[in-house]
Amino acid sequence: MTNRQAKLMQGNEACLEGAIAAGMRFFAGYPITPSTEIAEGASERLPLVGGKFIQMEDEIGSMAAVIGASLAGLKAMTATSGPGMSLKLENLGYASLTEIPCVIVNVQRGGPSTGLPTSPAQADIMQARWGAHGDHPAIALYPNSVSEAYSVTVTAFNLAEKYRMPVILLMDEVIGHMRERVVLPDENELQIIDRTKASVPPEEYLPYKADPDGGVPEMPAFGEGYRYHVTGLIHSENGFPTTDAEKTAILLNRLMKKIDNNLDDIIKYQEDSLDDAEIVLIAYGSTARSAKSAMDMAREQGIAVGLFRPITIWPFAEDKVKEIAGKAKKIIVPEMNLGQYRYEIERAAAGKCEVIGINRADGEIITPEDIFEKIKGVL
Amino acid sequence: MTSNLVKSYFRMDKLPHIWCPGCGHGIVTRAVIKAIDELELDKDKVCIVSGIGCSSRAPGYLDFNTLHTTHGRALAFATGIKHANPDLEVIVITGDGDCSAIGGNHLIHAARRNIGITAVAFNNNIYGMTGGQYSPTTPTGDKGTTAPYGNIDKGFDICKLAQAAGASYTARGTVYHAQLLTRLIKNGILNKGFSIIDAVSVCPTYYGRKNKKGDAVKMMEWLKDHAVNVAAAAKLPEEKLAGKFLIGELYHNPQPEYTEEYKKITESLRRG
Amino acid sequence: MSSTEIRLSGSGGQGLLLAGIILAEAAILDGKNAVQTQSYGPEARGGASKSEVIISEGDIYYPKVRKPNVFLALTQEAYNKYVGSTCEEGVIIADESVEITDVKCAKKYSLPILDTAKNVVGRAMVANIVALGTINEITGLVSPEALEKAVLNRVPKGTEELNRKALETGREICNIK
Repeated sequence: MTNRQAKLMQGNEACLEGAIAAGMRFFAGYPITPSTEIAEGASERLPLVGGKFIQMEDEIGSMAAVIGASLAGLKAMTATSGPGMSLKLENLGYASLTEIPCVIVNVQRGGPSTGLPTSPAQADIMQARWGAHGDHPAIALYPNSVSEAYSVTVTAFNLAEKYRMPVILLMDEVIGHMRERVVLPDENELQIIDRTKASVPPEEYLPYKADPDGGVPEMPAFGEGYRYHVTGLIHSENGFPTTDAEKTAILLNRLMKKIDNNLDDIIKYQEDSLDDAEIVLIAYGSTARSAKSAMDMAREQGIAVGLFRPITIWPFAEDKVKEIAGKAKKIIVPEMNLGQYRYEIERAAAGKCEVIGINRADGEIITPEDIFEKIKGVL
Repeated sequence: MTSNLVKSYFRMDKLPHIWCPGCGHGIVTRAVIKAIDELELDKDKVCIVSGIGCSSRAPGYLDFNTLHTTHGRALAFATGIKHANPDLEVIVITGDGDCSAIGGNHLIHAARRNIGITAVAFNNNIYGMTGGQYSPTTPTGDKGTTAPYGNIDKGFDICKLAQAAGASYTARGTVYHAQLLTRLIKNGILNKGFSIIDAVSVCPTYYGRKNKKGDAVKMMEWLKDHAVNVAAAAKLPEEKLAGKFLIGELYHNPQPEYTEEYKKITESLRRG
Repeated sequence: MSSTEIRLSGSGGQGLLLAGIILAEAAILDGKNAVQTQSYGPEARGGASKSEVIISEGDIYYPKVRKPNVFLALTQEAYNKYVGSTCEEGVIIADESVEITDVKCAKKYSLPILDTAKNVVGRAMVANIVALGTINEITGLVSPEALEKAVLNRVPKGTEELNRKALETGREICNIK
């Protein structure tokens, strides 16, 4: 009951609470601004709920420990920011290929390199899609409030477990550090998805046997009697390495189809006043909050502006953006980077409507006034 | 004829293995399963984790929970497994490059935590999988494809490194002294904290050929002639030990184990 | 849908982050919406720092303060750095050690916040709570009950009486003038 009361909570704190509500019982991390509060919170909270925390020697090791723990049967997470995210990518690719569920939080800060550690940015958008080497599927989600930092983290775990893959939760310094009023849902009301354990006896079990058309293999934990093999080499459905071209193609195709066949389940977004909108703002994370304020300012002056806010950044809501581009006169994309998501939106718009960016990569947040001025400028 | 040991613990359908004729890694792998067999460990509870390299292909042939990870990271993956489920017996199979170059940081920190993992370093003094580049255990002056004029780096002593970092059990065996090697691995598994066994192997294909060490038999003979048991060494004058290396149990000092210490915190919170 | 923007500034280590959190929490206890943000430099102590709160009856989208209705400065450095954007109808509350410049705003208060904390309450570290008492007495941003409850929720155990006294003393210094 007390859980349902309104309270003041920080974004990073809400992310951790969402993770614990989703069943996260293992966290491995390394200190880095502006995500450190998640690790600090995990170190305090996990032993209280029977979970495990460990501060590893580096970001690479944290990602490795998370994958190991997931194989041992625990829902596992790590949290980091830009420089740390770059180091996570090695084993994030491993988790993609070996289909190990886990959640990686990236509270974005100014980059490149050490960049602006205490300032917000949204410049890891393309890294979230293409950071790990080789073709691989990707899911990246992006909350825009403290309340969503909780609920979207639950979703991240659900998708990770359902599709057996790493899921990236993008935040930015503003969302991670701001505190605002939240009313957390009752944990009993949350829909929690767990990985599918083996439905066959060990002698019949093949760790990567699944429908080639995007199926998700069953996953017993190490220690449950299945004694299977996991490798970062391309493998056939028995889990052992292969260099066979046909089997390689089947595996990679299945990994991509896990996403492509389930776009409706994975892609989440919020639409606001799109019906009559001549100008549509497409924004995510903290910038979407400025966009919402700018939209309200414009509407007050009778300018028909709408807002499309992707919560799922990857896979990209291509059909929806195409539809918007077919109806609107202009699309404005404010983002705290030099135009990363705009490229994707331009590709989907395919010349049907003009796509204009508002870009900052100087550690400063884009204000409602910045966006409102641009709206007036393009009228 | 295939031994019962091999039949019991190998995935027979995954053989033959990829190792070259004369490679010592098969002997080390046998020592690992022999130790497991003698300790009568439950196969379902044993996890064998490896990184990348010749050594790291071993888990694929073995009938346990097996994980072939990324280069150098085996100990970090293993740490996640052990911490998540301390009931599992976690054994890491790694190589000299895997554990002391790219994975050096994970080695010293696994040792520092004294987490209950047993690491067996298949040490052949060379990067074999990529064709014979010098490694952190290639002796100074020896050659590799990336040290055509002789290696000017100084080599790591994996056991001393791990001991200094906090490992509670370190030992060295060789593929010539196979029974000793089995015993050392067994005692390493029995030690509750972090154990490392430096298993000196031979690579006739790259290290041996590049350094004119002769065939596999010659290299084994070299091991026989240059290894001195630590107990015998204690009675020998220093000049007799020149050019020799020590084998046997080098260090054993039981210390609180990481997952048990963590469990104490959890239990004290539950009581509190 | 009125909203009030508050900027609390001083030097790092004066507890203004906590003061912002307490103020935001008090607003929530009153059934309002609140957002708290901070700009924090790499230096954990010293330097000019600020903590910002927006309190509103309606939804709050843009979370940063642009034109504060209430501006608190405990040091000259913070005053100089952050006073500029204060709203013309706003209130400036500064420690008496701060020289208040000729900025256009409705009301300006120069009060012995730091001295009161140190010499009246007896602990320099409660200056943030003294300041909260002062601010709320002048502006009535939140109900006194909610403010006291929020203070007691967030301060370390065993310091409740000290902080209650700090809050009360903060209220009183407004009436001396």
